[in-house]
Amino acid sequence: MKLSKDDVKKIAHLARLRLSDEELDRFLPQLTEILSYVEMLQEVNTKGVLETCQVAGLENIMREDIVDHSLATADDLLSTAALPVVDHQIRINRIM
Amino acid sequence: MLDFNNMTITDAHEGLKAGAFSVQDLLDASLHRIEESKDLNSFISITKEYATERAALLDAKISNGDDIPILAGIPLALKDLFNMKGSFTTSGSLMLANYKSPYDASVVTKLKEVDALIVGKNNMDEFACGVSNETSYFGPVLNPWDKTRVPGGSSGGSAAAVAAGQVFYALGTDTGGSIRQPASLCGVVGFKPSYGRVSRFGVNAMASSWDHVGPITRTVKDAALVMNVIAGKDPYDATMPDRPVLDYTAELDDGISGMTIGVPKEFFEEGVDEEVQDIVRSALKECEALGATLKEVSLPMMKYGVAIYYVTTPGELSTNLARLDGVRFGYKPEGEFKNIHEYYAASRGDSFGDEIKRRTMIGTFVLSAGYADAYYKQAQRVRTLVIEDFARVFKEVDVLMAPSSPTVAFKIGEKLDDPLAMYMCDVLTIPANAAGIPAISIPCGFNSEGLPVGLQIMGPQFEESLVLKVAYTYEQATKWHKLHPEI
Repeated sequence: MKLSKDDVKKIAHLARLRLSDEELDRFLPQLTEILSYVEMLQEVNTKGVLETCQVAGLENIMREDIVDHSLATADDLLSTAALPVVDHQIRINRIM
Repeated sequence: MLDFNNMTITDAHEGLKAGAFSVQDLLDASLHRIEESKDLNSFISITKEYATERAALLDAKISNGDDIPILAGIPLALKDLFNMKGSFTTSGSLMLANYKSPYDASVVTKLKEVDALIVGKNNMDEFACGVSNETSYFGPVLNPWDKTRVPGGSSGGSAAAVAAGQVFYALGTDTGGSIRQPASLCGVVGFKPSYGRVSRFGVNAMASSWDHVGPITRTVKDAALVMNVIAGKDPYDATMPDRPVLDYTAELDDGISGMTIGVPKEFFEEGVDEEVQDIVRSALKECEALGATLKEVSLPMMKYGVAIYYVTTPGELSTNLARLDGVRFGYKPEGEFKNIHEYYAASRGDSFGDEIKRRTMIGTFVLSAGYADAYYKQAQRVRTLVIEDFARVFKEVDVLMAPSSPTVAFKIGEKLDDPLAMYMCDVLTIPANAAGIPAISIPCGFNSEGLPVGLQIMGPQFEESLVLKVAYTYEQATKWHKLHPEI
């Protein structure tokens, strides 16, 4: 997989990463090398092989939909916000 | 000052019960040792206030004649991705440098219930992504055996802290080798149990279908004692089968006579240091002398392990880290922003290190429209074939033995600019994560430069007792676990 600098820019945008020009130049060959390495997976014949999504051997674990505040209250959880909390809500700047 | 460098958890427990020393003595010894060897940089924060308070309460209990659980009052550390209420839990990242946990991880609750003495939080590779502990925002950790070398990673601070006698044990996580590889490089015991055996609730996630929690200890029996406390179903973790927790010390003395040990030839091929191979082969001979039969086996799909890993785990990582956006959690960037996307990108771009940027981009790419089937789903299919390989060999052998790491500890900075060379360090540990099977690394000798080598033992899923028994039998026949670095 040969990536271009524009490809890396696009991926960085999708990943919500602000990168400098220097970073784009540095990551381009590294990402290309990693993606070229993993291309070896294409040589494996996987016709009829199921995908492994997890190895717990479980499926459809159900529980009652009950909110549990025993570990932390909503305000405890809000206390970790990066931005100011006002009236139990996170205050962010106007965005439109 | 008390020196617990040569004590096991059991020794310390007996000492506390007999009144030979107090919990406060153990805590003082631990904090003194951490201070004395702080150049190792193995801790990000110390929970001194909490530990001091607990020590006083426990000492009162003991002088009252109350019976105490085996882990009570024994100093331990947590890799800095275990949430512990009121403590900083940074995941080794600037993104979470100011994040204070609002609740306890389930394993932390379990440890607190048995009065375990948590003294601090260990340095680690950023978001558990690394094999050298060099990706930490808080700086590299030094290997106690040679301070110019890495301790391994991502639980590098935990392995270094245990090796240096700063704590008796630590909890780490292992997504592709992050407990076993640093244990191998630091000459201590690192145990990754089966997937779903220990709760992941409250443990900052890296790659959810690969992450495992486990202990790093000085001895195999200590690992079994810690497992006895941390294993078992947790209603907050839906990926845990409801299987009973056994007493993992019960079978330790049963020996390995009559057992068949599989030697997977792909773990002894090019790329694995010859001296490491020789030392591990000597360990295999020792096991033969202890009554086991060796049998060469093949795991042909294992050569795809690193490729599977570096497609699927970045995918899961990029999804898990999407919640870190500088609003609900994380780093608040400076400046004015035109829109919310710019704000997110600034928060993440300014606070994630290079390795996290690389992996979130790889993950974003392999999950993106048009590439998900060719990359992500194909990797998941090949993962199935790796699991089938293990299932096939475990019909012929009881356990597998191999090196834990292809090399001994390497020099700090040596591989920093070569991500792919770094990724190859986990080539021998990744397969056990792919299949979710239990695997341990125990010390099995030193190379000509005096650096520790680890023996890896893997067993079928949920056969923790078997793996621990084999490890214990070898350990008790050798002296490696009694050798500690001069700090």
